Amino acid sequence: MSTIYSALTLSLIYSSPIIIAGLGGLYSEKSGVTNVALEGLMLMGAFGSAASIVFLEQVTSLAPWIAILIGALMGGLLSLIHAYASVKLKANQVISGTGINLLAAGITVYLCQIIFNQQRTTAFSRGFTKMSVPVLSKIPFIGDIFFSNIYPTVYIGFLLVIITWYVMKKTRFGLRIRACGENPHAADSLGINVLRVRFISVLISGLLAGLAGAIMVLTQDTQFTATTIHGMGFIALATLVFGKWNPFGVLGAGTFFGLSQIIRIYANSFPVLASIPQEIFFAFPYVITILALIIFKGKGNGPKANGIPYDQGARS
Amino acid sequence: MNWLRLQLDDDRKSNRLVSLLSILLGFLVGILIIIITGLNPVDMINAIIQAVLGISANGFNLRYIGEFIVSSMPIILTGLSVAFAFRAGLFNIGAEGQMICGGFAAVSVAFLVDLPPVVHVIACVLAAAAAGALWGFIPGLLKAKFNINEVVVTIMLNYTAMYVTNYLIKMIPGSSLTRTLDIPESASLSSSLLSSLTNNSRLNWGIIIVILSIVIFKFIIDKTTFGYEIRAVGANSDAAKYAGMKVSRNIIYSMMIAGVFAGLAGAVVVLGTMNFGRVLTSFDGYGTDGIAVALVGGNTAFGSLFGGLLLGGLQAAQTIMQASGIPKEIAVIVSAVIITLIAMKNGLKDILKRIAGGRKS
Repeated sequence: MSTIYSALTLSLIYSSPIIIAGLGGLYSEKSGVTNVALEGLMLMGAFGSAASIVFLEQVTSLAPWIAILIGALMGGLLSLIHAYASVKLKANQVISGTGINLLAAGITVYLCQIIFNQQRTTAFSRGFTKMSVPVLSKIPFIGDIFFSNIYPTVYIGFLLVIITWYVMKKTRFGLRIRACGENPHAADSLGINVLRVRFISVLISGLLAGLAGAIMVLTQDTQFTATTIHGMGFIALATLVFGKWNPFGVLGAGTFFGLSQIIRIYANSFPVLASIPQEIFFAFPYVITILALIIFKGKGNGPKANGIPYDQGARS
Repeated sequence: MNWLRLQLDDDRKSNRLVSLLSILLGFLVGILIIIITGLNPVDMINAIIQAVLGISANGFNLRYIGEFIVSSMPIILTGLSVAFAFRAGLFNIGAEGQMICGGFAAVSVAFLVDLPPVVHVIACVLAAAAAGALWGFIPGLLKAKFNINEVVVTIMLNYTAMYVTNYLIKMIPGSSLTRTLDIPESASLSSSLLSSLTNNSRLNWGIIIVILSIVIFKFIIDKTTFGYEIRAVGANSDAAKYAGMKVSRNIIYSMMIAGVFAGLAGAVVVLGTMNFGRVLTSFDGYGTDGIAVALVGGNTAFGSLFGGLLLGGLQAAQTIMQASGIPKEIAVIVSAVIITLIAMKNGLKDILKRIAGGRKS
């Protein structure tokens, strides 16, 4: 039983970067800007936080918290290029995103060599520490899974899901974002500055993806390497498809993919799973996303104007 | 400024101008980063000269030129793959996965089928092409039948290809956890002739595959009805449909042909450069390089050749740069900046038009 508890707790830990980056993608895509750059933005965030914690951990016990903020800012900074290219200069968003991914891959490892004289950052002695929430951890089942031996960053993920849902559904800004992604011409005619809304949305996606990468490296790794993110940015992209561009959908899909990531670790404890090669677990989220696309097809789930640069002069 | 305005008025010329400008700016950014990080950009330039022309302080060495061609070959092919799909209005991010499948198919036939020399290697290459086509067929079918965006599908298929072939490649007799045995000589594209001509480089018969692919690409696009229809579908799929063209069929075929080129890239790397199959821990990046190559080359056959040589030269210079203290990732940064700038080509054209002044178009 305790194996199952710890497996579920670990899956929450693995899910939270996927969920947070997925929410980042949600802001961008809801406003009409495709963001295949999540992977690169996460990589940047992971590098930023892993590199800064190496220096900060000597100085302060708040190091991990400052480091994830730096990671988020680095992601935000990189996303400015994507925002400028795809919003201001009407670039092809997929090409621009591909460029950003490659840029992140190059610049992070380049800086590692400049700063640390190797292909990776120096290992940090510890990232976040696992904790148990007093009182709540005593609740049976729920306490064992959600409140024992868990990183505080998991709650950031949950909190961001609720905030994102609130922003999207209940605030004027959220309405504007959705309007820009569904029908930018109509939004424009009502006096909404489409380019500005999209720019801000892409920036938010960069901050969140950077945060996600930072949390990922500080909870699952001991240093930054070129393979730290290993496709989680694209899985985050998949949560949008799977979660139908809804914050709670992203939460559900992210948790599901997180679980599929950790099952392989625990596979040996369960005879049924032990015989399945671990590559199948790795491939699972990607295969199932393609299947989801086929099953959901034609139901018009994605924002209608997603991926189309806004051109004021074009006929809608 | 008159010259600039004339260039900008012609669509084809302005695209070429933006490509060249992006390349120039890409290298400039690279040089700037090197300077900012306190290194010497001359080391990078020397490394590129040595890698591409074979000239260094130690004199002239043909081996560098051979290796330069070797690093260009696969990315010319993935470039053709991305370019072909682009012509049909499709974005093939999946060249990486198609290439992985091609490489896996080639190495499987190399080990599991026993054939005489020449026939064996041809069978391997054909298997690679078929596997690439199959992996291109999936997004093509989904796009044509269900109108599912090929970008997301091909991204997901890249990872699927990597993990599935990683599993299967370990099943091949003799394989370790990281690689297969060396492939049998009968299945190898290695050429002692080409190698000795270039002072023992890894130059191999893959070069024939590359040349043939460029010719075939050009032939299909320029000389066949199918190529004409593909261009029509790419330009305006509704109009093409109205004109009676079979749009769905053309989409599927284009993705399959794109897959063939990428699959061949896999064969060239596995049978020619490496001579063994590998379990991949992450992508090699040939697919992304292909995107850069196709963009630089304006999605044409000769453009891809040019783009492939450009990025191939940069990659061939990587080891030399690293040896002289410049992190080799600078090559990745330069390619990334070039891709991002070409993505912004419409915006860049507007900026150039403002510089050129005069009437608006």
